[in-house]
Amino acid sequence: MIKFYLRLLILSCSFSLFAQDYFPSNSGVKSDNNSNYTAFTNATIHVSPSEVIKNGTLLIKDGKVVNVGKSVKIPANTTKVDLSGKSIYPSFIDMYTTFGVKKPERGGNGPRYAASRSGFYWNDHIMPEQDVMASFKYDAKDASELHKLGFGAVTTHMPDGIVRGTGALIALNNDADNALRVVDGEVSQHLSFSKSVRSNQSYPSSIMGSMALLRQMYDDAKWYAAGNINTRDLSLEALNENRNLVQIFEAGSRANVLRADKVGDSHNIQYTIVGGGDEYERLDEIKATNATIILPIDFRMAYDVEDPFLASTLSLSDMRAWSQEPHNPRLLAENSVRFALTTHGLKSKKTFKANLMKAIESGLSKEKALEALTTVPAALLGKSNELGTLKIGAYANFLITSGDIFDKKTKLYENWVQGMQHVISNMNIKDIDGEYTFKLAGQDYDLTISGSTSKPKGKLESDNKSYDTKMNYADDWVNFTFKTADSTKTEYIRVAANVANGNTLSGTAIMPNGSEYSFFANKTSSDSDKKDNKSKEEETDDAFMSPITYPNLAYGFLEKPKSETLLFKNATVWTNEAEGILENTDVLIKNGKIAKIGKDLSDRSAKVIDATGKHITAGIIDEHSHIAAASINEGGHNSSAEVTIEDVIDDEDIDIYRNLAGGVTSIQILHGSANPIGGRSAIIKLKWGEAADDYIYDNSPKFIKFALGENVKQSRANRNERFPQSRMGVEQVFIDYFSRAKAYDEAKKSGKPYRKDTEMEVLVEILNGERFISCHSYVQSEINMLMKVAEQFNFRINTFTHILEGYKVANKMKEHGVGGSTFSDWWAYKYEVNDAIPYNAAIMHNAGVTVAINSDDAEMSRRLNQEAAKSVKYGGVSEEEALKFVTLNPAKLLHLDDRVGSLKVGKDADVVLWSDHPLSIYAKAEKTIIEGKTYFDLEKDKQMRAAIQKEKSDLINRMLKAKNKGLKTQPIKKKEKELLHCHSTQSGI
Amino acid sequence: MKNYIYIAVLLLTLSISQAQQTPAPEQTKPIAIMGATAHIGDGTVIENSVITFADGKITTVADATKIRINTAEMDVIDATGKHVYPGFIVANGTLGLVEVDAVKASNDLSELGTFNPHIRSLIAYNAESKIVESMRPNGVLLGQVVPRGGRITGTSSVVQYDAWNWEDAAIKTDDGIHINWPSTFSRGRWWLGEDPGLKPNKNYGKQVKELELYFVEAKTHNAGNKAERHLPFEAMAGLFNGSKHLYINVNDQKGITDAVNFAKSHGINKLTIVGAYEADKVANFLKQNNVSVFLRRVHTRPNNEDDHYDLPFKLAKKLVDAGVLVALEPSGQMERMNSRNLPFYAGTTVAYGLTKEQALQLITQNPAKIMGIDNTYGTLKEGKSATLFISEGDALDMRGNQLTHAFIDGRDISLETHQTELWKRYSGKLEREQKD
Repeated sequence: MIKFYLRLLILSCSFSLFAQDYFPSNSGVKSDNNSNYTAFTNATIHVSPSEVIKNGTLLIKDGKVVNVGKSVKIPANTTKVDLSGKSIYPSFIDMYTTFGVKKPERGGNGPRYAASRSGFYWNDHIMPEQDVMASFKYDAKDASELHKLGFGAVTTHMPDGIVRGTGALIALNNDADNALRVVDGEVSQHLSFSKSVRSNQSYPSSIMGSMALLRQMYDDAKWYAAGNINTRDLSLEALNENRNLVQIFEAGSRANVLRADKVGDSHNIQYTIVGGGDEYERLDEIKATNATIILPIDFRMAYDVEDPFLASTLSLSDMRAWSQEPHNPRLLAENSVRFALTTHGLKSKKTFKANLMKAIESGLSKEKALEALTTVPAALLGKSNELGTLKIGAYANFLITSGDIFDKKTKLYENWVQGMQHVISNMNIKDIDGEYTFKLAGQDYDLTISGSTSKPKGKLESDNKSYDTKMNYADDWVNFTFKTADSTKTEYIRVAANVANGNTLSGTAIMPNGSEYSFFANKTSSDSDKKDNKSKEEETDDAFMSPITYPNLAYGFLEKPKSETLLFKNATVWTNEAEGILENTDVLIKNGKIAKIGKDLSDRSAKVIDATGKHITAGIIDEHSHIAAASINEGGHNSSAEVTIEDVIDDEDIDIYRNLAGGVTSIQILHGSANPIGGRSAIIKLKWGEAADDYIYDNSPKFIKFALGENVKQSRANRNERFPQSRMGVEQVFIDYFSRAKAYDEAKKSGKPYRKDTEMEVLVEILNGERFISCHSYVQSEINMLMKVAEQFNFRINTFTHILEGYKVANKMKEHGVGGSTFSDWWAYKYEVNDAIPYNAAIMHNAGVTVAINSDDAEMSRRLNQEAAKSVKYGGVSEEEALKFVTLNPAKLLHLDDRVGSLKVGKDADVVLWSDHPLSIYAKAEKTIIEGKTYFDLEKDKQMRAAIQKEKSDLINRMLKAKNKGLKTQPIKKKEKELLHCHSTQSGI
Repeated sequence: MKNYIYIAVLLLTLSISQAQQTPAPEQTKPIAIMGATAHIGDGTVIENSVITFADGKITTVADATKIRINTAEMDVIDATGKHVYPGFIVANGTLGLVEVDAVKASNDLSELGTFNPHIRSLIAYNAESKIVESMRPNGVLLGQVVPRGGRITGTSSVVQYDAWNWEDAAIKTDDGIHINWPSTFSRGRWWLGEDPGLKPNKNYGKQVKELELYFVEAKTHNAGNKAERHLPFEAMAGLFNGSKHLYINVNDQKGITDAVNFAKSHGINKLTIVGAYEADKVANFLKQNNVSVFLRRVHTRPNNEDDHYDLPFKLAKKLVDAGVLVALEPSGQMERMNSRNLPFYAGTTVAYGLTKEQALQLITQNPAKIMGIDNTYGTLKEGKSATLFISEGDALDMRGNQLTHAFIDGRDISLETHQTELWKRYSGKLEREQKD
């Protein structure tokens, strides 16, 4: 044994010298190169995930594999290690770590709107020039931790910024220096949506801003590469240089995986994407990215549900995730999504193995698991010849195990990196588990030892009393301590015993009074772990998974709704057309369209619904909504035309379902009002269950949010640094931007090369009448101003939203041709709404303006029919016209009235069945249908309520079971969704 | 002649400023409302009613087919086909304490400190608030004015919404003390690197104990000779002698249970749970202990993702069915201006289970009972204050809520507001332009 270690010591010394032979040496002679071989024989060798050699030999020299196979010729100068009964695996690679890199600290008081550097890109958060090696310091302690998990090489990077620069590939060789263990100093380039913590520059302040910034950066890099910029930009230079490295994008959730891929697609870059572990929720979409996912396995612990009050606040989605997350790797594998596994995201790296086992118990195949830890990351890093397999010429990075590495009981003995041995546990250790008896000071004892080869535990019994005892076992010596039989005192007896063979322990016992006795224990049985086996069986009893719904939370669908042929009989039908309101009328829906409206209709294939005493209207359309979005404001600049809400649709917002329950079928998700020129809108149908992008209208009309007044001039901000600070400045922002857009368009049309600028492209669309403005507005002066600015540039404003003083300039609005989308009765929440009146809608309507009533609020939006009814109360609008305020008129304002907004044959079957007069406070939506698919149904809702309750009770039982089994639990955390409004800004990016 | 001058002056004032409406003078002549459907507020309706009142007090409420009244000396209002309701009452309101939410200078909503029983809302009540006057055209005529913030937020009063100043406005001065019960959940301090999510509040027990101690100390102080003044403790005296009502803001079932037991242990019998999102789960317990509820705003989103979409709409029904005395309260975002939607909050509870007359009780009789003003307000009963209004239709529905008259203590109050004036001015402007 000692010989063995000695040999290794020699090997390691010579090795490090060998690596640096052009370095001078003053520590001895230099002629001491060790050119010996080491052969590992009789092992089961996993050369790669798909190639296993039984009884094989692995021959290594100078840190590389020289040969591997069944019959390997072994040179004379070879040290042999017999691994009979043991297995060899290529060691694992974690391609997403921050190994050896200190977490960057939060930066102080830089400028908020300008960059803090020069000679680099204009945005501090873009740092492709950052080189991780500049801050890398090998951390042997962390490396040892990773050795225990089986890792032999990691990629590391600086986890800070949107573009984070290059990462390096490090072999976890504790016995070498960086000259050897840095396999590749520039192996990857890293990106994310999160800003650098070391800079205060406020742009971007949202995910959609990060997305826009990345796109613009790629365009600028192209322009720079073509030599069109005659100043230096070290960031863009580095970006262009790093182009051929693997591009690793930290997304962190399935939604962001899709977003990252979208950014990559726009510039033909295929990112390798760090996922969130929730990819199983949208497998089809994840698969369609064609991205390789770097997959964290930080499966959540069960929640502690013993307190029923607290447990009642747990959401079904959080509870389900507990049962579903371990199945993520399996489901990705089954869907042919390529992935590598990472320790990233684990609070404690120690849990990696347990979670990996959980994934395998949940059905991940062992071969896939091994690929995800070896060949997949090696290939992504372009190192398939060096890492991930034990092919000839590869690094001698391998693991020696007691057997199948993905078996719970298997022990990892050694982790070799670049031919250097790192011992995890002594593979020659004697198993001393069993029952022993011994006599000490006249007393008889029974001793049971278990777990001796991993975590030794002892149990003593004497006179029917039993004590647990702490036990150390190393290098053939056992130490343990136990209390004396005298229960009136706290006194200990200490024992040190040598393990002569597997069957006896002999040594010395030291009594509390210091006297020493010789100690001798005889093994009576080798059976010590009956109970252990039993509990292990229990743990692995099932690999249960809650069903995945669309979306994967309460009220999600097991199967997405299908288009049906529906015939509503005998309803009061609000056509919103010349026919007006029709009594006792039938409506036929077919192929997603309104097929017929009339009396006594019939259709054989139709499902007939008796609507006697009920009302049918077109689906409600909310011109101004902020639900179903992951971010609303990009306020980092006074213009953010480059961002679009279409990038950040949140398909699992429960408010979508609640809106459906209020009869809403279409909404415009507007950017917020943080800046005069806001971002582009997403116009969507509330197709609950679909993936984010499928919510967006086909051939969606193009819209953008503008804003005026208190919000854009930052009236309530603590610091006043951003132009504009007054309504006077707001006008100049518009004139400036449109003047520049005009010049941009002229340059573009001239045919000469031009720098692509997304912001300008969007503004040009406005000038050309291809994109429409919906402008947040309050007081008459600013409303008038914007119309005049538009007229100056020969376009018109499409919609004023909020428009609370629209009634003061209604005739001017009519003349300009702009519509008004207003609140029914909101006022008094800020200074600029002093003169807001609930009669606004009526007056604008009377002036001939197209009027809509909008929500800007997830609560109000689910009862917009009531808000429309307030126009009857305030200003005496007719009921028929009032309903149009939330159906046909917003459709007109959104340029969708050829598809939705009224009940007309050929239009989309977006309809609502109401229990009562739709403007009455007593009306409930009973069915909400979009394109013939029933997305809300009062009856179905009732069934889902019962199912949710049942599923939650079942999961609570399972969690209690998990806790009783001794599995760790976590405290309950209440899920919450921020209510977003115009002024909402995103935190945490 | 005098009258003409008066009217001229009045018109002049209206035309040159946007000042608030002038409070109506005392009732000088008896008034009779004939033929209306009278919604009494106690759950009953008289289809063809006659209602008379004199000197601010109701003198008759009767079925017109069963009684003859000599109306010769009265101003008679023919309200055939119309509806009469008692004035709607805002429970747990803050009207008059803030004018414009975002303008700090106009905000008198809360004070510094944790225990502020001595803070009195009444003296900050702005009787001339433009928001207050905008309540009246919707039938919202009375309300509680409640300070917010801290553990014990302060002392409320009840006012009517047509007054020259807070003294005129006061109906019941210092009616109750309000408490924010410790939360079951608390948020991590993100600035210290803690997870900002909602986690069980580890300090819940400690915070309850603090409150407990405060009550004990207050009681002890008031039992002594009070040689040294202690303003907050003195303000608490009413809770122990039964002259003040205790309002505890709490939503979760555990907190509600703890709050009720807390009040009981201090011998406090007049207790109302405010908010009460999970009160349906302990409805029988509330009923047994005679605890009433100010139910949180009906037009809100459910608290939890998994909750029934209509839970806030149907909670009232669940509690009423269990026999709990319930009134609706409007607190939350933009609560002051939204208080005029109180009738529609009640209307919504009808779509989700209550009858119209039950819903009406939630904003008339019930809040009056809870606040202890039911001997005068809350129902249309002989001898009570003539605080009522006439609506063209169903006042719980937006389309029917069209007031023709409103009276507070018999005074014929103005239904004009800053907003109706702007409406008329700019409708006029539009007409002029359309003629040109």
